[in-house]
Amino acid sequence: MKQNQPIPPKLAKKLLVRFLRIDLQEEVMGDLDEQFYVTLKKKPLFRARLNYWYQVINYMRPFAIDQSKSINSNYHAMYQNYLKIGYRNLFKNKGYAFINVGGLAIGMVVAILIGLWVFDELSYNKYHKNYDSIVRVLRSDTYKGQHYVSASHVRGLGPLLRSEYGSHFKDVVMVRARIEKRVVASGHRRFTQGGYFIEPAGPEMFSLNMIHGTWDGLNDMNSILLSRSLAKKLFGEINPLNQVVKMDASWDLKVTGVYEDLPLNSEFNAATYFAPLKRYIDGRYKDDIWTNQFLHIYAQLNPGINAEEVSALIKNTLRSHMPEGTSTPTLSLHPMCRWHLYSEFEDGVQVTSERLKFIWFYGIIGLFVLLLACINFMNLNTARSEKRSREVGIRKSIGSARGQLITQFLSESFMVATLAYVFALLLVNITLPWFNDVAGKVLTIPWANKWFWFCGLGFIIITALLAGSYPAFYLSSFRPVKVLKGTVATGKAAAKPRKVLVVFQFIISITLIMGTIIINKQIQHAKNRPVGYSKEGLLMFKPGSPEYWGKYQTLRNEFKKTGVVHEMAEANYPITNIRGNNSGFMWRDKDPSFDPTFNTIMVTHEYGKTVGWEFIHGRDFSRNFQSDLSGIVITESALKLMEMENPVGEVVSWEPGWREAANFTILGVVKDMVKGSPFDEVRPSIIFLSQTDLSWLFIRINPKVSAGEALPKIEAAFNKVIPSAPFDYQFVDELYDAKFRSEKRVSKVAGFMAVIAIFISCLGLLGLASYVAEKRTKEIGIRKILGASVASIWRSLTGEYVVLVLLSCLIAIPIAYYVLQNWLQKFDYRMEISWWIFVMAGSGALLITLITVSFQAIKSATANPVDSLKSE
Amino acid sequence: MKETRLGEFEEVILLLVGILGEEAYAFKIAEEFESQTKRSVSIGATHSTLSRLEDKGFLTSEMGKSTPERGGRRKRIYTITASGQRALEVSREFKLSLWNQYPAFSSGKLSFGF
Repeated sequence: MKQNQPIPPKLAKKLLVRFLRIDLQEEVMGDLDEQFYVTLKKKPLFRARLNYWYQVINYMRPFAIDQSKSINSNYHAMYQNYLKIGYRNLFKNKGYAFINVGGLAIGMVVAILIGLWVFDELSYNKYHKNYDSIVRVLRSDTYKGQHYVSASHVRGLGPLLRSEYGSHFKDVVMVRARIEKRVVASGHRRFTQGGYFIEPAGPEMFSLNMIHGTWDGLNDMNSILLSRSLAKKLFGEINPLNQVVKMDASWDLKVTGVYEDLPLNSEFNAATYFAPLKRYIDGRYKDDIWTNQFLHIYAQLNPGINAEEVSALIKNTLRSHMPEGTSTPTLSLHPMCRWHLYSEFEDGVQVTSERLKFIWFYGIIGLFVLLLACINFMNLNTARSEKRSREVGIRKSIGSARGQLITQFLSESFMVATLAYVFALLLVNITLPWFNDVAGKVLTIPWANKWFWFCGLGFIIITALLAGSYPAFYLSSFRPVKVLKGTVATGKAAAKPRKVLVVFQFIISITLIMGTIIINKQIQHAKNRPVGYSKEGLLMFKPGSPEYWGKYQTLRNEFKKTGVVHEMAEANYPITNIRGNNSGFMWRDKDPSFDPTFNTIMVTHEYGKTVGWEFIHGRDFSRNFQSDLSGIVITESALKLMEMENPVGEVVSWEPGWREAANFTILGVVKDMVKGSPFDEVRPSIIFLSQTDLSWLFIRINPKVSAGEALPKIEAAFNKVIPSAPFDYQFVDELYDAKFRSEKRVSKVAGFMAVIAIFISCLGLLGLASYVAEKRTKEIGIRKILGASVASIWRSLTGEYVVLVLLSCLIAIPIAYYVLQNWLQKFDYRMEISWWIFVMAGSGALLITLITVSFQAIKSATANPVDSLKSE
Repeated sequence: MKETRLGEFEEVILLLVGILGEEAYAFKIAEEFESQTKRSVSIGATHSTLSRLEDKGFLTSEMGKSTPERGGRRKRIYTITASGQRALEVSREFKLSLWNQYPAFSSGKLSFGF
């Protein structure tokens, strides 16, 4: 035979041998060989080989397959038995099963919730179909040696990018930088709504999901796209297309489209409408103004174009257009995928954002909690499974192989893990609304997502392996003779890792308890802070209609006539923020190099009476003195800065830079007003009188009437004077409370974590206690026979844990003190950490420990010694 | 009770076994089937039918000689049994009787349009 003669494919042959009945092999292989060589004579080798495969596969017929190699049905019965035994073991002791499965389930709940949250954070802006190619333009400036990065741009930049770098961009879209709150009205229905003024290509770039109309709806200057919810609010069930809405009682805009509301995790989610940018600009700004930055600029890159390369290209575009000596901005592109998590800059350099830190922080906590829950599960399982060493012995002597025993214990742990997962899903379903409330999100369980189930399965497998490995591998190694004789001394050393674990868990729990207490105290501390005006019964709103101008006195008289309004005033800013900051003030004996910034507020005469100023020196503005127009009121901290002995009558001159210097006389000094964050240092303020209308209105409700009674009357009076604007008021005390929102969120999460950590720690403790009690059953029996009382046995069983928890306290206190002291540094207005917090947290932990351990200890101490001693 | 009727494919295979005589083994039968009918068939399908026919008692088999192109392996030679012979006859007679009842053919005229 020739050396190089082609042979049939080996793999196919192997396959054939594997499944073919032994008695057929000779003839069949002979036939197939013959077929192969015959085919080879007529066709190329490849075809012959292919044909061989074809023939082999065609031999997979019932008559030819070796039946002796098929699955033995006895395995099935074996697995069934494993699950049955596992099930019986689980339900023999229901309380224990509940704690065991419940503990694991709670660990999983935390991990799932955090997983969903992280997933949501990472999927930001993915709603927009051009997610991968959208960029925004950033600009970095240097001012007085400091670098600032901003996304706000001048009007001229958009056209410049289009004309000079048009080949790189599919589109460039300019948007009014801030969300614009406008009154949108249709007939009687009027609402103050936030939305964006955008160029016509915007809807397509951001792939709005249009329900009515098309993406080209914004070509006309007097058009508007509404979100589905706004359209419904305005028009109900009528088709909104081609209807007309009135914006701010001055523009008639035709509805050219309705889009599906943007999801919460989109950059533009707050937009209830998109209107043409042209409408906003309205001829006010020319293309060649290079100083007023009021636009965001978004661009979509052409396919294959890299954002970094274009960044390098456009870097210096603006410089030649900047007026001499103003600034030398550098431009760059910021891809959409980085907007949410990589947008914090410090001194011009991107830093790890708060959000990203939170993702890491929560992600690690989630993993940690899951790991602790797994270890506990394993511990409890091990402690319990030593009871089953006899079962192992018998199984082994009947003939179980070690592998089979491992399978048994693992399948049991799979069963329990699956059970826990099902419980976890149920619990997540129940707790999700609450979690959404705390996290400020709208998360849902992605039932239809295959990755979710895939992760769930991975979850179960890992947990089951982690939790089941110790009993599976340890118990199965027992020698049956020793086990059945009862001479196996299961490790004394096994208690040590459990102790370490318990200490570790309690350190975390105690730290979290202290954290929760301190966060809550700090919030309370800030809430009790005197604010310098009275928040209760104070209304604030922005009339938002040109009809309002010039009607100040009419409105005020109308309000006063109702009898429910104590006073009304205006200011240029809300009382709950610190906008309006200016420097350039001069006073007597001032150090010339010292130029502090003051919060400057413009108000009408009645402002002090309306908000409830508390005067320390001097008097309020009065309509009786014409000269008060050049008078000012300053706050306590401003006085401190100015270092004046007798402030009333002193003259302060102000040269803001955009107009001539003017002199003002101090009329009075009031207590500091907390307008910004209640945790921050209060800003020194100077309050001026204004003769023109101001955009914010304040109403002090007569303290003798309730808000419920007053509001309809105020609204009626308001609508009488200004029919075109909605009466969208806000309560100042509610707005003030909202300032605590993020701290409250942290407090809620910390509280939640503390509860979970305590629960899991208790499980760990229970695991240890039941393990030790199990070991000492006989010892306790003998002690009792010799006359020990229940109390003394309880003492001997619990003493050990008290020591462990005290040790945890000792370690936890410095850690907690350090971490919390650091956290408090964030706040200018902060509490002092007092020692009783540590005492409280420590004794709380001790109490919980005693309750948990006593549960087991009393059970052991009251057991009949006969039962424990007879089982020799 | 064993099924003893013949299917179309079974009948053809049975006939081919008779035609091939000493050379009637699975590969040859499949090859002959392909060349006579121009239909392709796998050896496995043929083999499965052969073993079914053997179960029905229409065929017997024994191991034959080996040849070098089979890698020195022997082949299984099939032979028709008496009951196989009878089954073929019954089948042919049944069909003939059907043909005779068909008017277009029984009158001796073919309706080919002349």
